[in-house]
Amino acid sequence: MSATLTRPFDQPDAPADLDLRGHGQPLVDKTFRWILFLCLFVGIAFLAVLLAYVVIKGWPRLDSRLWTNMPSIRRPEQAGAESAITGTLWVIAFTALFSLPIGFLSAVYLEEYAKPTSRFARFVEINIQNLAAVPSIVYGILGLAIFARALALGQTVITAGLTLALLVLPVVIVATREALRAVPQNIRHGSLALGATLWQTTWRQTMPAAIPGMATGTILALSRAIGEAAPLLLLGAVTFISFNPTGPFSAYTTLPIQIYNWTKESREEFQVLAAATIVLLLVILLAMNAVAILIRNRTQKRW
Amino acid sequence: MMSGTMSEIHDPNAPQSTSDLANTGRMDVSAVLDEGRGVVVPESVGEVVFNLDDVHVFYGDFEAVRDVTMQIGRNEITAFIGPSGCGKSTLLRSFNRMNDLIPGARVEGLLAYHGFDIYAPDVDPIEVRRRIGMVFQKPNVFPKSIYENVAYGPKVNGMKVNMDDLVEECLTRAALWDEVKDDLKKSAYALSGGQQQRLVIARCIAVKPEVILMDEPCASLDPIATAKIEDLMKELAADYTIVIVTHNMQQAARVSDRTAFFTADVDAQGVRHGRLVEYGPTRSIFTAPNDPRTEDYISGRFG
Ligand SMILES: Nc1ncnc2c1ncn2[C@@H]1O[C@H](COP(=O)(O)OP(=O)(O)OP(=O)(O)O)[C@@H](O)[C@H]1O
Ligand SMILES: [Mg+2]
Repeated sequence: MSATLTRPFDQPDAPADLDLRGHGQPLVDKTFRWILFLCLFVGIAFLAVLLAYVVIKGWPRLDSRLWTNMPSIRRPEQAGAESAITGTLWVIAFTALFSLPIGFLSAVYLEEYAKPTSRFARFVEINIQNLAAVPSIVYGILGLAIFARALALGQTVITAGLTLALLVLPVVIVATREALRAVPQNIRHGSLALGATLWQTTWRQTMPAAIPGMATGTILALSRAIGEAAPLLLLGAVTFISFNPTGPFSAYTTLPIQIYNWTKESREEFQVLAAATIVLLLVILLAMNAVAILIRNRTQKRW
Repeated sequence: MMSGTMSEIHDPNAPQSTSDLANTGRMDVSAVLDEGRGVVVPESVGEVVFNLDDVHVFYGDFEAVRDVTMQIGRNEITAFIGPSGCGKSTLLRSFNRMNDLIPGARVEGLLAYHGFDIYAPDVDPIEVRRRIGMVFQKPNVFPKSIYENVAYGPKVNGMKVNMDDLVEECLTRAALWDEVKDDLKKSAYALSGGQQQRLVIARCIAVKPEVILMDEPCASLDPIATAKIEDLMKELAADYTIVIVTHNMQQAARVSDRTAFFTADVDAQGVRHGRLVEYGPTRSIFTAPNDPRTEDYISGRFG
C-alpha cells in the first residue's frame, strides 16, 4: 500500500504532528508470514502426496468387492476386507465398552471428588500422563501376558478390546478431565447451593455440560485405537481370517492387520488391494475426526 | 432514583474507583432511606435466625474474618457493607457452608442457625444449603432451559409438587413470569443478565428456603434491572430472611432493615483481617453512626 493520507475535513485546530500512517516493519512482517505459510505447506503437501499416492494406486480396487468379499490368498482379484471391517467394528466396540465407563468415572473422581491437595490424586495424575506416553507395543506385550495367556482369553476380540482399552484409557481420562475442567465452577456452586448432593451435581449438571468435550476426546481416542496395528500384531492377530467375528470370543482381524498382511505379499494385485484398504481406513478415521469437529463446533461456548 | 444506582454499572472485577465511592455520598443516601420497606426496625433483633458468637473464618493460616458477633433477624433484610477484601463474601459463604467447597477454608467460633451450630460434626451441609439459599454475584444459570433451571432444585430435593405450578409461582414471584412465559423451553443463556439474575432468584426460592444469601446480586446489572431486583427483595422479605452484600450505599439504604459495616484491620505483620465495626438498624447506621470509620465510609471519605 502506498502511504497516502486524505483529509476530507480541513480542521485548523487539529494537532500538527498527527500521523496516522503505520510505522511497522512491512518487510519483516511479510517474510515471517511466508515462513509460517511454508511450514504449513510442507505438512499439508506431504499429506496430500501420500493421499494421492494411495488413492491412485488403490483406485482399481476401490469398489464394492473391498467390503463385500473375504480375503483370499489364491484369488486376489476376488479378495476383499469384509472380515477386517467387521473385526474392526467388533474390537472397537469392546474397546469403547471397557475404556469409556472406566475412563469417564476415573476422570470424574480425579476432577470432582478427589481433594486437589490429595497426594494420592496427584500421584495418579502424573502416572496417567506417563501412561499416555507409553509406546503401544508395550501394551501389546501386556495384553499378551495378561489377557491372552494368564486369563487364557487367547487371540480373541475380547483380548484385543481389553488391550486397546488400556491403550486409550489415559487419553480418555485426560480428555474427560479437560472437558470437566472447562465447566465453570459457578455451575457446580449454583447446584450445591440449592442443596444438591455432589453426585447429583456431577451427574445432572457437570457431566451434561462436559459431554461435547468428552465426546470429542473420546472419538479421537477411539480413532487412534482403530489405526493401531502394533499391539494387535503382538497379540498374534496375524492369522488368515476369512470369516466375520461371531462374538467376543471369536478370532478376528482388523483393517491395519489386513493391510499389513497384504503388503507382505509379493504379488502386485495385493499391493493394490492394500492401498485400497488404506484409503478405506483413512476415510473411516477422517469421518470420525469430522464428527468430533462437528460436535465441538456445534456446542461451542455456552458460557 | 435511577441516578442513585449508577455506581452499579461497572466491571464487577474492577476495583471500586474513588469517584464511584464519591457517588455514594451521604446526602443521597439519607434521601433514599425513606424508600425502604416502611417497617419499623427495633433497636435489637427480635426473632433470631443466625446467632454468631466470636466467629473467625480462615483460609489455611490466613484469618480473613475475625471476631464477628452478631444476630440476624427473621424476615429482615440485612445488608453487609464495607471496603473490598474485608471479608463480606467470606462471612456470607460461611452462613450456608459454601466455604466448605474452598480447600483450606474453616470456621471457628459459634455460628448457629435457629440455635443449632451449623458446623457441628453431625450437620450435613446439604441440609443447611437446602434451607439457606444463595444468589451469586454473577448470574450462574444452568446451561438448561428456563423451566429446568427452576425445576432443578425441587427435583434434586425430592419435593413432591406440581412442577408446572411451582415453576410459574416462582417465576411470578421473581417478577420474570410475564417476560418468559412463552419460552420456558428456551435456553436460560438466551436471557439478559438482569433476567438471568431473576431466574437465579426464582430457582433459589423454588426449594422453599428460609434464608436467601445474596452476594452483590446487582453488581453486573444495569439500573433498571437493579431496581427490579431491589423491589423483588423488599417483596420477598415478607416470607424470607435476606442477607445481602452490596457495595452500593444507596442500595443498602433503600432495601435493608439492618446494616453491618465491616472493615479490614492491618495487624503487626501487615496482614489484613476483616472485622465487624458497627451493626444496627439501617437508619441509625446511615444517619447517626457511632464509629468514625463507618461515618467516613458511608460518606465516601474512606481511603
Ligand atoms: N478462596 C480464597 N482463598 C484464599 N483467600 C481468599 C479466598 N477468598 C477470599 N480470600 C481472601 O479473604 C479476604 C476476604 O475476601 P472476601 O472475598 O470475603 O472479601 P469481600 O469483602 O467480599 O470483598 P469484595 O467486596 O471485593 O467482594 C481477602 O483478603 C481475600 O484475599
Ligand atoms: Mg465479595
